[in-house]
Parts: sequence; structure tokens; C-alpha cells
Amino acid sequence: MKIAVPIKFVPDLVEELSIDASGAALDTSWLRLIINEFDDHAIEQAILLKERGGAEVTVICAEGDGVDDILFTAAAKGADRLVKLTGADANTMNSHAAARVLADLFKEIQPDLILTGVQAHNDLDGSIGPLLAEYLGMPYVGYVAGVTAASGSVVIRKEYPGGIIAEMDVILPAVLGIQAAEQPPRYVAYSKINQVSKTVKIEERAVAGLDSNGGATVSRMFQPEPAQRAEIIDGSPEEVADRMVGIFKELGVL
Amino acid sequence: MSQDIFVLVEHLRGGVADISFVMLAAARTLAQTSGGHVVAVLLGKDAQKLAANLAADKVLYADHAALTEFTSEAWQLTLAKLIEEQSPRAMLFGHTTIGADVAGVLSAKLSLPLVSSCVNFTSDGKFVSQTCGGKIMAEGELPSPTALVTMIPGGYKAEQGQVAQAPMIESFAPPALDNLRVALKKYVEPEAGDVDIAKESFLISVGRGIQNKDNIELADELAAATGGTVCASRPVVDQGWLPTSRLVGKSGKRVKPKIYLALGISGAPEHVEGMGESDVIVAVNTDPNAPIFNVAKYGATLDLLDLVPRLTEKVKQAKGG
Amino acid sequence: MSYDTIKSILVALALLVAFGIFLRYAWQRLWVYLRRGQASPKFGDWGERIKGLIVFVGAQWRLFRFRVPGIAHFFIFWGFLLLSLTILQAIAEGLAAFANPHFVLPVIGTWGPLAFVQDFFALFVVLAIAYGLYLRLVVNPERYKGSHRNQGVKVLTFIMTIMLSLLVMNGLRINLNEDLLGHYRPISALIGGLFVGLPEATQSIIEEISYWIHLGVVLMFLTELPQGKHFHIVTSIPNVLLRNLEPRGRLPVTKTADGAAGVSKMEDFRWRTMLDLYTCTECGRCQDVCPAYNSSGLLSPKLLIMSLRHNLQDRGAALSAKQTNGVLSKSLTGEIVGEEALWNCTTCYACDQECPLFIEHISPIVEMRRYLVLEGKMDKMLQEALANLGRYGNSLGQSDRMRAKWTQGLQPAVKDARREPVEYLWFVGDYASYSPTLTDVTRKTAEVFQKAGLNFGILFDAERNAGNDVRRAGEEGLFEMLMGKNMQALGKCKYETIVTTDPHTYNTLKNEYAWDGNPPKILHYTELLDQLVASGQLKFSKKLDAKVTYHDPCYLGRYNGVYDAPRRLLRATGCELVEMPRHGDRAFCCGAGGGRIWMEEKPGHARPAEIRVREAAALTGVQSFVVACPKDVTMFKDAVKTTGNESRLQVKDVIELVYEAL
Repeated sequence: MKIAVPIKFVPDLVEELSIDASGAALDTSWLRLIINEFDDHAIEQAILLKERGGAEVTVICAEGDGVDDILFTAAAKGADRLVKLTGADANTMNSHAAARVLADLFKEIQPDLILTGVQAHNDLDGSIGPLLAEYLGMPYVGYVAGVTAASGSVVIRKEYPGGIIAEMDVILPAVLGIQAAEQPPRYVAYSKINQVSKTVKIEERAVAGLDSNGGATVSRMFQPEPAQRAEIIDGSPEEVADRMVGIFKELGVL
Repeated sequence: MSQDIFVLVEHLRGGVADISFVMLAAARTLAQTSGGHVVAVLLGKDAQKLAANLAADKVLYADHAALTEFTSEAWQLTLAKLIEEQSPRAMLFGHTTIGADVAGVLSAKLSLPLVSSCVNFTSDGKFVSQTCGGKIMAEGELPSPTALVTMIPGGYKAEQGQVAQAPMIESFAPPALDNLRVALKKYVEPEAGDVDIAKESFLISVGRGIQNKDNIELADELAAATGGTVCASRPVVDQGWLPTSRLVGKSGKRVKPKIYLALGISGAPEHVEGMGESDVIVAVNTDPNAPIFNVAKYGATLDLLDLVPRLTEKVKQAKGG
Repeated sequence: MSYDTIKSILVALALLVAFGIFLRYAWQRLWVYLRRGQASPKFGDWGERIKGLIVFVGAQWRLFRFRVPGIAHFFIFWGFLLLSLTILQAIAEGLAAFANPHFVLPVIGTWGPLAFVQDFFALFVVLAIAYGLYLRLVVNPERYKGSHRNQGVKVLTFIMTIMLSLLVMNGLRINLNEDLLGHYRPISALIGGLFVGLPEATQSIIEEISYWIHLGVVLMFLTELPQGKHFHIVTSIPNVLLRNLEPRGRLPVTKTADGAAGVSKMEDFRWRTMLDLYTCTECGRCQDVCPAYNSSGLLSPKLLIMSLRHNLQDRGAALSAKQTNGVLSKSLTGEIVGEEALWNCTTCYACDQECPLFIEHISPIVEMRRYLVLEGKMDKMLQEALANLGRYGNSLGQSDRMRAKWTQGLQPAVKDARREPVEYLWFVGDYASYSPTLTDVTRKTAEVFQKAGLNFGILFDAERNAGNDVRRAGEEGLFEMLMGKNMQALGKCKYETIVTTDPHTYNTLKNEYAWDGNPPKILHYTELLDQLVASGQLKFSKKLDAKVTYHDPCYLGRYNGVYDAPRRLLRATGCELVEMPRHGDRAFCCGAGGGRIWMEEKPGHARPAEIRVREAAALTGVQSFVVACPKDVTMFKDAVKTTGNESRLQVKDVIELVYEAL
């Protein structure tokens, strides 16, 4: 089975975010990018499938700071092929554009299964999974938290609110949006990544042009206004505890 | 081409999801700007009764065995046909396990623009979406011709989308639904036997800030003192420190307690979705920029490990005295 | 054939058989098995090594840390050496019996003063053995739990038999006037007195039987020697001679050709580590002082060494027999040594310090952890901490840009050592920089430095976790990466001395960073402040009137020998210092080291920090539990709460007292 995992980088929310001068986009000069955490789960799920039943796993990412490291990390976990898309500014590439670029690539690679993170926190035009599926004419199921390979199909576990799980049969080739791998993404020791980076090659593929049609135009970005924010109780833990007991009493829950 | 606002009614195993009512409320605002009607779109098999309290001007209903329960493919095909035929001004989907599965496919299939994670619409019909885990809001004109929008809760109350009187139902024919590649096999029930956190009025919820399993005990002690119940956000349940039955959020339970004490929870949209409608949210987090403070009424920027033991003591004193 | 001729032949045969068995086992174990291990670094500095032999083998220095058992062992050891000469005499007279039944070796059999000393040592050994038997059979202290007690008792009985038969034999020879040195053996004479009433012929037979018992048991002991824990009699000398002379704080690392570190099977260990395994006598001193053993009980350094030795012998035999499965398919980390045991080590060094024969425990534990890390087999919390350390340079997952946020509002502003030269470069550390409960203490430290008029600066967001515990958690590659980044940042700064808040940082900067033979001066802040007080640069205006106790951080005390500076500093503030029973190099670890602070603690056990807090709470009148390590503040503040001592004890950093006294 050929499994492809397209991944993307998103702003690290550990950092303080700010809006640029245009007022309609994030200030990228201070941005630190990290792998979308759901994509990390998608890689893990692909590796688990490979370990269980054999597969050739290809991981694809648009170029950017730290991308090589993440690709090598994926290889150290067990990915077989690494592909880097060059010539496209990941910051301006929305999900529609990315899905179109990936669709071209996948028509060539012809994967049986495409796993991708069910969403990323900055997908303003939706996540790439369903878009990619439609461009390739494949079925899509998202919020998947478990995949078992069968012949010509997969059995997936889709998560619903309230802890209910739906088991579904999906005929391959298909695209799955991964909510969580069956186990948390594994840790890879630095020495392993270093070793891999010396032996594994990253294939580069130039992207001809981007077609971002299908997304919405943002005219303004802003941080949630202070008026919406909580009333902050200041003071020592002692004082805060006193005030909270007061609040509990007011609400009649004590 | 119409100015109507369509809303996909989400239902699972015979129950309409709250987000559907939230969307109907949102659609009403939007319809007022566009000058169209609010149309609920219901897919199912013998599911007309689910339309009973939808606050819509009319309900478009498709009846087919393949639509009984949600599967992305059958629903998407049916909706594609409908949208193509009716060309509404916008169609709203929940940013959920149902809506987000089909909205993207439709955007690609019909070459229609997609807006994700919308919280509310402004009075002049602009969308306001959350991005970057709720740390940033993005606003823009609703794209044309038909905007596909996935919505997250928080902007409207579910009650605004409910009415006592059943709306008019108009049936439409789904396309041929053969050779489907996605099939539902069965539902697996969550582990039973635990308390139903959705029914509790005082929830003490712990997040990543609890640091380790041992510290859950601190929350348990506070719960014992207050008579509350302990629940958690995703990372805590993923670690196995609390069972899935205690998970609050998108893939867990939706709760509406009188008081929701969020301890060490950052407030990612997936979590807020499950608890945003609580009467009063009190948040404790060391990061003053945590989005949880955007939904909380009261907040404290302390280490919960310092606060909770003291709070437990004070509660005991207050109850004793 | 006369009896004497038969005796000579029997002795010769017995000698051949016993030495044959001994040599066969010894060759197999010390040559065949050890050669399968990895190379050890060159052993230099022979002067120091031989000195160690005199102090630690000759004078048995470390054994006296457990006083009475130490004294008992001292006499057994020296008795063994002195009385081995009487064994030599017994062998010689047996071999020579056919020619001269009363053959005596020159000097050994003729020098009176030697006979006198030997006679008394035989008595001392008997007494020491009696104590040893009492200890094992009656007292049976916790430290023997898991040791081969029966084997111990058997060997003690052997030695007791050897001694008693010697005394009886010598006593009877005095009675029979066969002993030229009879008047030099008062103890033997006393024993002989017991037999005086018997006919001479009977006495002669008993004497001969005693001879055979004496020699027979000696030779039996010889055959047993290489097969059990008493092999240490052979291996302790090379083990002490070839001990690790590197600083305690420098963790050894064995790397394969492709740069990966980690031990997944016995043969991946260095042969030197294998020699350690043979040398363990199962005395349990390491177990007695181990914080993991004394809290969760999930790790005993002694049982770990014993399991490894067992595996070394089983694998050795299986490999020699060209087997392919069985013991060879058992995993070292998992089946031989439990993963949980490996992760429970706090690397506090108490075990390594306590071992009388310099067996290293932490090094093999970390070697095995390195393999587990390569395999991704670790605690989820540790995994997250390591991922954070890789991404942000701190374990807390905070932005590196926020590292110096605690300096905001300090007047005058803290200098950026990257922009201007400073005298002291302060390496602040993760917890002190980020932990909301600690930044207050960190600000006070800065204010104290400012009041002392120090020209100091920090690295701001260029500082990374120094990596001490990353290395000890087994993530060698990440440690190297962190060290590289810190060295790069430090290389761009002009400074004279590095001051650290954290003893762990202090340890790795001082002992492990690759300074290329040109290390800067590195001080812990307690050392620096102690110097400033001594020179009068730091003056106190108040005398604190408090009774406090001081907890020695492992990486400051045991690892780097800094015991006095923090104590002098405390006394200078006017505090009265009351020591806990375990202090100085015997201090009991807080449980946070070696990456433990990043791992989940199994509920249901006493934690090391709780045990320590109870120890302090038992001291009358002590109000403050003073520490000199940010991790300690975190650990003990929590432990004070969980043990219900919140109103009884206040956890304070030394700096807080200094600040108050200014």
C-alpha cells in the first residue's frame, strides 16, 4: 500500500501573535512555525499502518524554516520518501491552493491512502483533506481516530461528540482526516534524526503557480477585544481563593 | 440564484445537534442582511420529526435509506445536487465531525468559496472567524456567489434557533446514491457506568496545567469539598489520567453547568465548543493571554497547583462555618 | 605406602582439582565473557590508582561508612591476607609429608611475631564472622533484601570452619609439642587446653582431621569463589585499581560508529562495566541509600547489578555454547532489567559514592536509558519535555523569547551579556526563568547581585537548558545540540566567570561542556555570595533570628563537593543551622534529578521529597527548610503540602534569606 501524508506548518501558538501593518494578516516577521499537531498524528498513523501491514509512506511539505528537520524526523520514524515543495510561499498558500498543488503530485504518485491532519488552527478556507479528496475524486472521511487496513478498503473509527465512535468502511483510494493516531506521536531521538539526515534524500519539486480560488478574503484581523475578556482576580493564591469562594456563594453552588 | 441562507441540520442517532440551532440563529441575522429566507436542509430516512422545532422559514427534506445516518459521501452528493439547483446565498455547516467533512468537498466539487470556523456574522453581513486557536479573529465580506461556511458555537445561543411550531417541510429528491465508497458499519458506545458530566451543575475541569496524574487528586479534593465533578480537556484524557467519559469538548461532551471552573486549560476552540455555554466560567491559567480568558467571566493568572489546595481549604471553612 | 606418602599424593591431587576448577571458571568469566564487551578508555594516572588501592582496599576506607560491619570486614580482610600464609604452610607440609611430616616453610613457619599476629587475627576473624552471621541470621537488615543470603551464610560458615579447624590443629600441635612457635600462639594454646585430658593418640588423630578439614574447606572455598558473589575477593583489586577517575559529574558515554549511544544487550557494555558486575558483594549499601528504593521501591541499584551479572553469566554461557535463542532472545531493557527500574533513578550518586568497591550504577542505567530513548520507549511526560527542549530550549514548552521576561521592571535593567562585556555571566536556567513560583526568587537573586555591585549579565533568549538532565534521561543527541547552542552563545560573550542558579546546570557546565581545555571559572551562586561575604563586598544589615536546616542538592554536594559555602552563607545571615541526620555527602535526594522531574510519579508511594521533608520536620524548632536549587524549591514546596507540614516548615532558597538579611 502506498500512503501519502501531506503536512503543513502553522504559527506556533506559544508565541505572541500580532497583526501586520495591513491589518488583515498575521505579522510574519516574528512568527515561529511548527508542524500542525494533527499532521503529526497523521504521520504516526501512517507509520503504524506500515508497521502492521507494510506500506510505502511518503511525507510531503512545502518548504520553510524547520521543514527539513520535520521531514527527517518523519523518515527516522519510518517514512520512506520525503518530498519538499519549492517555490511556493507557504504563508500565502491557502488550503485550496495547497490541495490543487498536492492533487497534481498525487496524480503522479498514485497513493492508495492519503492521511492528513483533520484540521489546522489557521485553516480559514477549510482543511485540505476534503478539498484534496474531491480534486482527486476520492472519498473523504474526517475526525478519524483509528485506521485498520483491509483488502481494497480500510475500516476507520470516526469520533463523534459524547465519546461515540462510528466504524466505517472506506473503499480505497481515499483521503482521511486524522484527529488522533492510535497512539501519541512517538519521540525520535536526535541522534536518529542526525543519522537519517545524512543518508536520506529530500526530493524537491518545484511548484509552478498557485491557484488560491475558493478561499475568502480577509479584510481585517484583530485580537479578541478586552471587553470580552474575563475579569481578572488579582492577588495571592490566598486572596484569589477567598474571592472564588465568594463567587461560588453568589452563584448558590456551595 | 437566491438570497436564501441554507443550514445543514446535523443529527446523530435521532437527535438534532445543538450546533444546528446555533446556525439557524446565525442564518437569521444573515438572511436579514441578504433579504432571503432561512432554509433548513434535513437529510435522513423517515426523519421529518427532527424538523419539529427548527427556527427556519422552511425545511428542505431528502429521504433516502443511504441518508439515515451521516456518511460524508451520500450527504455530500445530495447536498451538491441541492446547492447546484438552488444556488443559495450561503449554506452553513457546523464546523464539526459532520459539517467539516462535507463543506470542503462541496467547495472543491462546485468551485464555491469556503469560510471556516465562523463564530458570527456582523450586522452588515460580514463573517467573523476564529483562527490561530482563538487568539486571532478574521473578518471579511461573505464571498459570492454561494458562500459555504462552517460555524463554531459561541456567537449565538441555541435557543435562538428553536421554535415551538414546526416549519413547513418541502421534500426534494436526492441523486442516485449507488456505489457508495463510504459505509457506516456500526456505532461503538462510550464506556458507561460513570457520571454524566453533562448533567452536573458544578464542573471542575482540568487541562494540561495539571502537569501529572498525581495532581488530579487536588481536583478530586476540591470536587469533594464543593460537591462538584471533575472533568477534563483533551490532553488530560489522552494521557489516560481521566476516562473519556469526562472529556469536555468537540469530541467529548458538551456541558452547560452553572459554574465551570477551568484549571490550567488554555481554551482551544475544540474545548470551548464543549463548555462555552456554561453559565459562569472561572478560569485559572498562568498564561494571561490564554484564550480561555475570552470566554471566562472571572479569571486568575496563577499556578493552579498553588491555588487549588487553598481553595479547597477555604471551601471547607465556608461550608463548615 | 605410608600414610604420609598417601597424604602428599592426596594433597597434590586436591590442589590440582581445586585450582583447575578455579582457573577454568575464572578464565571463562574474566577472559572469555569480558572480551565480548566494548573497549574501555585508556587507564592513565597510575599513581592515583595505586594510591586508591592502598586507601580503598588496604585501609578499606569506604567500608567504615557503615561502622560496625566495616570494622568486621576490615578484620576478615586482613585476617584473610595474614592467614593465607598459614594455608600456604598447610599446603607445603602436606606436599612434603612423604619426606618430612613436620616440614616448616622458612619465615612463614618459623618467625614467631608472625605466628603471634596470625593467632590473634584468627580470633578476630572468628568474632567478625560471628557478627556477620548474627547480622544475616538475626538482624537481617533491609539492605540484604534480595541478596543471596544463603550463599553469604555458607561462605561465612566456610571461613568459620577454616578458622576453628586452624585453631584446633595448632592447639593440638602445641599439646603434642609439635609446634616450634607454640609460645607465640596463646589463643591456640587456650583451645588446645580443651583437649589436654585426651590420650595423645586421640589428640593426634583429631589434629590430623583438623588439618584435612582446614585444607579441604579452603580448597572447596576456592572452587566456589568464581561462581558467586565472593568472586569480589579476586576482582575487587582490579576493580578499584581501574576505577573511574574522571570527575563524578562527567557521565561516560559509549558511542557506536554511527554516532548513536545506548546499550541494548550485555555485550554493548564496556568490559570495565562487566568487571563491576562481578565485583558486587551484594552488601546492599547502595540500596540502603537509594531514594528510589526508599520511596517507590521500583529500583534497587544492588538488584540491578545482580540482574546484570546474572545475565552476563547466562548470556556468556549461551554464546559460548553457540545457542541462538533462550536467554539470548531476552531483552536487556525490559526482561532483564525493568524499564520502570531504569526510569526511577534520580542519578543522585548516593549509590556510586557508597559502594566500597567503586561499582558504577548510574552509568549503566543511563546507557540503557539511551537505548530506550532511541526506541521511543519512555514516559509521555518525559517525551513532551524532551520535545519542548528540542523546540524551545526549555522543558516547560514556553517561548524562548520569554526566557528573560522575569527581568521586566528590574531597575537598573539586567545587562545583556551578548551586547556588552560583563564580569559575571549568570546562567539562569529553565525553572528559575520560567516557573511562576520561582521567578520571584530569581528577581531577588538579581537584586542581591545588584546590591553587591556585581557587573553581571545574562544571555536572554540565547540561553538554552544546559542539558544536564537531558543527558541523564538518555537523550544524548539533544544534550549535544543544547550544549552546542549554549557554547555558541557563550562564545560570543565577554565574561570572566559563569554563575549558575541551578546546581544541575553548574555540574554540566563545569564537568561536561567541551571547553577545549580552556574552561572559564564556574561558580554556583552560593559560592559566589560566600566569596563576596568573605571579601566584604556583600554586607548584611540584619541578623536573621531563625532556626533553619539546609538540604544539600545532589549536584552541588555529592557531585561537586560544595558543602561549606552555602552553610557559611546561611550562618552569615544570622541563621542558626540545624543539620538533618542525613546531610553533607549523605543528603537524601529530593527525587527530581536525572530527568525525574519531567516524569510521572506513580501514585501510592511515598516520594523522596516527602521522606526528606519528614526528616526535616522532626527537627525541633526548625522553621525553614533551606535549599540551593530551583528544582528543590518546586519539589519541596509540593512535598511540604502533601505531608501536611505547610504550617510547620517553610521552603526557602538561600537567596531569600540573604535578601532578607541585606
